[in-house]
Amino acid sequence: MTGQIMKRNKEDNMALYSEKVMDHFRNPRNVGVIEDANGIGEVGNAKCGDIMKMYLKIEDDVIKDVKFETFGCGSAIASSSMATELIKGKPVSDAMQLTNKAVAEALDGLPDYKMHCSVLAEEAIRSAIEDYKKSAEKTAQQ
Amino acid sequence: MIYADNAATTKMSEAAINTMISVMNDNYGNPSSLYSFGQKAKEILEEARNEVATLIGTANPREIIFTSGGSEADNQAIMSAAALGRKNGKMHIISSAFEHHAVLHTLERLKKEGFEITLLDVHEDGLVRPEEVKEAIRDDTALVTVMFANNEIGTVQPIREIGAICREKNVLFHTDAVQAIGHLPINVSEDNIDMLSASAHKFHGPKGVGFLYARKGIKLTNIIEGGAQEKGRRAGTENVPGIAAMATALKEACASLNENAEILKKHRDRLISALNEIPHSALNGDADNRLPGNVNFCFEGIEGESLLLLLDDKGIQASSGSACTSGSLDPSHVLLAIGRVHDVAHGSLRLSIGEDVSDEEIEYIISSVKEVVEYLRGFSPVWRDLMAGKTPFIL
Ligand SMILES: Cc1ncc(COP(=O)(O)O)c(C=O)c1O
Repeated sequence: MTGQIMKRNKEDNMALYSEKVMDHFRNPRNVGVIEDANGIGEVGNAKCGDIMKMYLKIEDDVIKDVKFETFGCGSAIASSSMATELIKGKPVSDAMQLTNKAVAEALDGLPDYKMHCSVLAEEAIRSAIEDYKKSAEKTAQQ
Repeated sequence: MIYADNAATTKMSEAAINTMISVMNDNYGNPSSLYSFGQKAKEILEEARNEVATLIGTANPREIIFTSGGSEADNQAIMSAAALGRKNGKMHIISSAFEHHAVLHTLERLKKEGFEITLLDVHEDGLVRPEEVKEAIRDDTALVTVMFANNEIGTVQPIREIGAICREKNVLFHTDAVQAIGHLPINVSEDNIDMLSASAHKFHGPKGVGFLYARKGIKLTNIIEGGAQEKGRRAGTENVPGIAAMATALKEACASLNENAEILKKHRDRLISALNEIPHSALNGDADNRLPGNVNFCFEGIEGESLLLLLDDKGIQASSGSACTSGSLDPSHVLLAIGRVHDVAHGSLRLSIGEDVSDEEIEYIISSVKEVVEYLRGFSPVWRDLMAGKTPFIL
């Protein structure tokens, strides 16, 4: 499966990154912080060179707003950006289903050794949603 | 475009291109052929050998073996010393922690074959200490191999002192001078060098050509087996156009070495002082014992690949030691060797400038780097935590 996604960026004569990746890297969507976010997720570590932080504003089980901050390479920034686009305005249940494959495909593929960036994007969103659910539960208990 | 990656490779000089074209057009014979057309090519080859020998300070051209580049020369030097060592029961090799992979990977192979490898510390300033070489030498040491100048951080090693120690202890000394030759004065006799590796494309010559200097009396082991070229020490029809162009390029580089170094140092030091103004940044490697054209910084809170891509968008070509640019999970072994932790090693930038860079271009590089670093920090969660005092600054 990944073979197919990878096709255009395999070690052939293609550029390292697809145009989509470069577009999202150069003009990342939804960059920044949501001050009153009700779900925040941070994954990765600086030691490995990638950290992604997702801020969610969830209302009525819908992702009303999403923003990100990323420390990482071009594909990490592009993956974060694309992931936010894919979940913005979507029901939380849909956002929970977001896969790294979907992120990579939406970017017209990532080089093999950069696939972990799309995995981080998926994990960052899941972690932010779980954070939201946890605090929602707590509020409910109180 | 501002090409600031001359440590990766250089633009060929016009003179070298002309030499190459003229040899390809007019002297395409095989130097091994007996007829005069072949012998003319042989003449060109031997002229180049004489030239190279003279330029590195030896009167004996037989001590020069042409290779396919720096990697092959490194491999041959080390494998030869290892073969000699093995014959004499000497199975210990000393090197440094931040050698080029052409050296380190060859040593790893030898380790698997039973050699013991000591990798010397290069300290925070990126410099090997001669006294530590002395302490590391044992009765069974077959070779000391320490690079002349590091390819990432540009630090220039005390080669002459290390060479003197090796002479005194009767141990073979090899230096990978790929980054240094044509940029720093080198004299194999005065610098006490037994073997030296060089690569033409780092001094405005062609890619895929280099040479190994091996002092008379050192028996070499072939890396490439086959015909009797290079006195049986390196098989394969010689790359005559490339070799001739390499000699032209080296002659040129050595002729204007001091002049070039002056220009480069001025630009280098301007870059270093200006980039030092970026908060939480640090120069990698000693500021003085350094290649004239090398600048290497770490910027805390950002990652090197995104920095490079954005500089590329601004027309600046540079390089980084971040994991993402190496295709592995770890950042550059060179930065780790000088004690940079992973977190900041990922945020490194190497600018290796060329002699033709202008003052305006240097200022443009400075403003671009400042702008891009600030931009990337603007949405870096690492930078946010540092600024908020949640994590302590390293730099
Ligand atoms: C220090 C050093 N050694 C060896 C090499 C390899 O040289 P070449 O590319 O000619 O094989 C390089 C070039 O990248 C280098 O910088």
